[in-house]
Amino acid sequence: MIIKILGSGCANCVNLERVTREAAGELGLDAQFEKVTDYGAIAGYGVMRTPGLVVDEQLVLSGRVPTTAQVRDILAPLAS
Amino acid sequence: MSIAERVRARTPLRRWVGLGAATVVWFVLYALNGRFWTWLVHDVVGLDLTSRLGSGVLFFVSDSAKILLLLIGIIFIVTVLRSFMSVERTRAMLGGKREGLGNVMAAGLGVITPFCSCSAVPAFIGFVAAGVPLGVTLSFLIASPLVNEVAIALLFGMFGIGPTALYIGAGLVIAVVAGFTLGRLKLERWVEPFVFETRLGGQVVDSTASLTWDDRIQMGVEEVGNILRRIWPYLLVGIGLGAVIHGWAPADFFVRYAGRGNPFAVLIAVGIGIPLYSNAAGVMPLVQVLHDKGLPMGTLLAFMMAVVALSLPEMILLRRVLKPPLIATFVAVTGLGIVAVGYLFNAVIPS
Repeated sequence: MIIKILGSGCANCVNLERVTREAAGELGLDAQFEKVTDYGAIAGYGVMRTPGLVVDEQLVLSGRVPTTAQVRDILAPLAS
Repeated sequence: MSIAERVRARTPLRRWVGLGAATVVWFVLYALNGRFWTWLVHDVVGLDLTSRLGSGVLFFVSDSAKILLLLIGIIFIVTVLRSFMSVERTRAMLGGKREGLGNVMAAGLGVITPFCSCSAVPAFIGFVAAGVPLGVTLSFLIASPLVNEVAIALLFGMFGIGPTALYIGAGLVIAVVAGFTLGRLKLERWVEPFVFETRLGGQVVDSTASLTWDDRIQMGVEEVGNILRRIWPYLLVGIGLGAVIHGWAPADFFVRYAGRGNPFAVLIAVGIGIPLYSNAAGVMPLVQVLHDKGLPMGTLLAFMMAVVALSLPEMILLRRVLKPPLIATFVAVTGLGIVAVGYLFNAVIPS
């Protein structure tokens, strides 16, 4: 599973990466994390409000920092 | 555990009772604010409130507390209301709209869409690549910081409904007219080419569609914290400067140089305000003090608009997608709009 954190290094992106790593850890996922900071690429995923979360090239969340539990709910069905 | 998980209300009853209690506490604190600080500064500390030091200190503490209360209340309400809108929905509404009506809608949506200028670049690409006209996109980008909840909260608390309504109306008109003008100028050649080449892939996630009331209330609470953390240094500097001017500046100093007698006052105020990077929270205490010192409202509102609508950091950010001639035109057209509004207000509002 490849997880991408979209954002240009604002505090929200750091927080999003933190909760996502926590959630992935709780689920025991073997996930690879990447940061996407290029604005063209970010917009290409359809994100207009950073931060954004992309799992295996699918945009699953944008515009806010979710809780660890919310990310866990998003990641769990995508894990298999 | 995040804040969200700690204070989350578990039942609807607890949620509404909690909100109700918070509302009552807010109103009590707001009503008692002035009396409490007067009592503390005068009766407890023993300062003479007619002295410069006493009135300066009282101004500083009671104004800080009042502004803080207003910010907490309004940011919370605005964030919860805005959680029913999203940038994605705004773009969908603007797609296919022609200039003119599109500019009017974009300015209005710029006010109610949850948006921070830190996302100006991805939003710009997302709008333009989806076919929203350049001028309409710029109307959105002008209105969003210009008519923002912090400015509205502070104006309302300090000057009442009249100047607040004028400010909102003027901000909308500036965003519509400036965006429309920029669209007419056909400046697309000064947009970085990659913007038009960006392919919008994937499905669009509406960032706020599936939220529960708990989520929205939670976002409100967190946003209050986020904004306060971001603006408190500006706020303290602004109030501090305000207190100094309030207590120490000679009464006629500002009126002599920037009052109605100086026809260039608005122009100078806007010229100073554009490069300044602050926000409404930092500027408003100064606006209030300078108004007390006799400066006309139009000059002051123009100054504040210039500070919040245009700033050096935002221009540097927009440089990623706009070439310098377009940024210069953007600043010039918006700045002119603000100057015009300043003179208009000075002409129609009796001091």
